[in-house]
Amino acid sequence: MLERTRALGTLLENTDDRLIVAGLGSAANDVAYLTDFAPRAFTMDGVMGAAASIGLGLALARPEREVLVVTGDGELLMNVGTLATIAFQNPQNLRIIVADNGLYGLTGGQQTAAATVTDLELMAKGAGIRRTMTVRDEAELLAAQTIIATPGDTALILVKVAPGPAADVRIDRDGSRLRSRFRQYVLDGESR
Amino acid sequence: MSDTEITASWQERVYRTLRTNGVSQFAYVPDAGHRHLIDSALTDPDVHAVACTTEEEGVGVVAGAHLGGELGVLLMQSSGVGNTINFLSLIQHCSFPFLTLVTMRGDYGEQNPWQYAMGRAVEPTLAAMGVITLRADSPDDAVATVDAALGMTTVGGRSVAVLFSQRLLGAKKF
Repeated sequence: MLERTRALGTLLENTDDRLIVAGLGSAANDVAYLTDFAPRAFTMDGVMGAAASIGLGLALARPEREVLVVTGDGELLMNVGTLATIAFQNPQNLRIIVADNGLYGLTGGQQTAAATVTDLELMAKGAGIRRTMTVRDEAELLAAQTIIATPGDTALILVKVAPGPAADVRIDRDGSRLRSRFRQYVLDGESR
Repeated sequence: MSDTEITASWQERVYRTLRTNGVSQFAYVPDAGHRHLIDSALTDPDVHAVACTTEEEGVGVVAGAHLGGELGVLLMQSSGVGNTINFLSLIQHCSFPFLTLVTMRGDYGEQNPWQYAMGRAVEPTLAAMGVITLRADSPDDAVATVDAALGMTTVGGRSVAVLFSQRLLGAKKF
């Protein structure tokens, strides 16, 4: 089974120009680590369920920029309806990466429904997300890289990863600072 | 002038006020009281009208719009306020400017008893989450209040909810 931080690292290769919204928990820790705490990553440590809708508003606001949402199966399940909201808009610059370890990592490792009965890729398809893929091995990781690199309909990549710790880093929890430096980074990029 | 023409006219003025002040994303969960604003956004080629499955998504969308340098507004009815509460942590903790327009139920002349619990809780719960509430009771008041709220958010950086009361919208007869 794929190791989460390394798998996300592969998917984030050559995405240095992308804006990233990372949901709370392991997703935010891994993204902060993999981007070296860059301003272009909005890494959350609360408000479970918000990463995807924030990514949508951002993608609509900046159609010329590629936007990545990185989240987990637990967070996505909390607001799974957001997939329908996103599919309805179908922004051409939005990719959603779901690191699916089948458990709630922050609260003691309880199983999510995605560990057994729930297929989040199928739910994304059902919601109307045009491009979806489940990744289970190295070869599929490379195929997913291509989807992420190819402009077009909103895509969702569900990466099945082994249970295990995320990158051991301490993310910045000052929300106002994260917000203002991210926004400044976007606006600076626009003026160049 | 018929009642519907009067209604369309203040709501059209509200829409123009929002557009003039740069609002370009309208996140909404449908409500009859917001119909004109929603339809205007859906037919306006220069804005995004984002139909949300639940109001909390609208909070995320408006925050994301701000991160991207755009201005968004969330249109919802008072029942939806209850759905937004934890997401308002995002607004407060990260100091996002935030504007929402709320059509009230459980308010002046309400005849459906199911609407009272959340309707009466709108102001205290929003206050608890750091959102300033401004009530509008008449058509002129509605336009002026939205204009004031835009200044408080875009310049003042606050989070503000404008409550369109049932005195303004009219209570449904059952």
